[in-house]
Amino acid sequence: MMRKDQTLGEYLREQGVSRRGFLKYCSATASLMALPPSAVAQVAEALASAKRPSVIWLSFQECTGCTESLTRSHAPTVESLIFDAISLDYHHTLQAAAGYGAEAAREAAMEENEGEYILVVDGSIPVKNKAFSTIAGISNYDMLVDAASKAYAVVAVGTCAAFGGLPMANPNPTGAVSVSEIVKDKPIINVSGCPPIPVVITGVLAHFLTFGTIPELDALGRPAAFFGQNIHDRCYRRPFYERGQFAETFDDEGARKGWCLYKLGCKGPTTYNACATLKWNQGTSFPIQSGHGCIGCSEPSFWDKGGFYEPISAGMWGSREALLGAAAAGAVLGVGSAIAARSRKKKAIAEEEV
Amino acid sequence: MTLLDFARGPGLQWALWIFVFGVTWRIVGAMFLMAKKDLSKARRKKYVADGVRTIITRSVPARSFEKRIRFQHISGYAWHFALFISVLFFAPHILFFESLLGFGWSHLPNTIILFTAAAATAILIALLLRRATHPVQKFISNADDYISIFVVLIPLVTGILAFAHVGARYETLLAIHLLSVEAMLVWFPFGKLMHTAMTMPSRYQAGTSFGHRGIKA
Repeated sequence: MMRKDQTLGEYLREQGVSRRGFLKYCSATASLMALPPSAVAQVAEALASAKRPSVIWLSFQECTGCTESLTRSHAPTVESLIFDAISLDYHHTLQAAAGYGAEAAREAAMEENEGEYILVVDGSIPVKNKAFSTIAGISNYDMLVDAASKAYAVVAVGTCAAFGGLPMANPNPTGAVSVSEIVKDKPIINVSGCPPIPVVITGVLAHFLTFGTIPELDALGRPAAFFGQNIHDRCYRRPFYERGQFAETFDDEGARKGWCLYKLGCKGPTTYNACATLKWNQGTSFPIQSGHGCIGCSEPSFWDKGGFYEPISAGMWGSREALLGAAAAGAVLGVGSAIAARSRKKKAIAEEEV
Repeated sequence: MTLLDFARGPGLQWALWIFVFGVTWRIVGAMFLMAKKDLSKARRKKYVADGVRTIITRSVPARSFEKRIRFQHISGYAWHFALFISVLFFAPHILFFESLLGFGWSHLPNTIILFTAAAATAILIALLLRRATHPVQKFISNADDYISIFVVLIPLVTGILAFAHVGARYETLLAIHLLSVEAMLVWFPFGKLMHTAMTMPSRYQAGTSFGHRGIKA
């Protein structure tokens, strides 16, 4: 474990990471953050001299998928060392401490690093009744308000924390809200996804370590470097869309030939994330490459945007009964207006005859 | 709710309700307004043949006017043909109809659709300019004509932009395209776009009436 007074460079050298390996990581990080090659030296210098910042990770209404994704995908690469290089002072799932001892550690870290620590949150926060989700008797809401008030910035990891996610899906029984609905006075970085791409989380933290600032964000508060382009624009199946070659089912000839999955409900055209470029499982693949359409998990309310297998261009028409009702009302009005017109005509003829 | 969510959901539902309500009102109203039964002795009793013949004869220009209306005639047919191909045979459109009707059909390659959509747009712009500049056409045109052209032209333009991903993010372009289609659906029953539903039945009805009276037309 890295000592608090130790720089990252010193720690990495101790761990046997070569200068070449470190610079390779810096290049990848600079590339991930959409920085020019000239910035690699700056990234390397900043990372090498960075002292590990305190990170407090709070988990609320979530499934632990974000943590699972992060921890399983990266060990034992150099990115995981970056995680060793932060002082992860509180994380329900990963910490050894439990109960009041764990809470005491969180409070101590908050006091010791007031105004300087990074607060990472995964999971949404129930506001319908605070007691729906509590930790050590403290409601998620109160814990977030308290921890955020003393943080430097908040990173909302996963779609639940960023936009409410699955807990907020209709009918939202717990009154779940996102972090940004509660925290208004701190910088918030939304790293959405269900789960988010691990390298994106480490990339955001690397940006903190390098520049001491939050990265450029898009309109939804997500790092523009990772969420600036939609999946469709970067999808290797895009040429098939352009040619109008679509898989009709998951086991037809089109599917076997790797044609576009638009007809099978792929949400790639309306989903902004780096899946098609960074990919998952150490760059192995991503859902579309595995033969399944994108479900749009990094977008707000993705759970309530119609079925996962409904194409984007399919309309949500409402009920057939309502349409029949509109037709019946139209027919009644049609008959009524025809009768009225005939009556007026009859009256006019009668008046003329008089 | 995002703009696209609105366009795909409540916006579409309201537009469709208004469309169905209005079209039914117009058709049922017209049917009940039809002339009383002709009590005179029928000169011919080939109502279907007469009706169909009039549909055909009214669909080609009268010889005496052919030269004068050739541009209008050819461009009108070309425009309708290009529009139908673009609307009915683009894969995402078929999926749109399938979500309502419950069945779909084969689509054409996007290259063909892009060509027909571009052709339809260009022809409609040309017809609009002609209407706005030709002395006679300008004189006989009213707001209904221009509104009807615009509510059809805008979905064509926004559809091409959405297809090409030009001008804004895809979901914004798609939402604008859907909203423009919804505007057209709302306007449809109340303006001249209603000719889509009225033209053929009224020609048929005129044909049967002509036949009854022994008129060949």
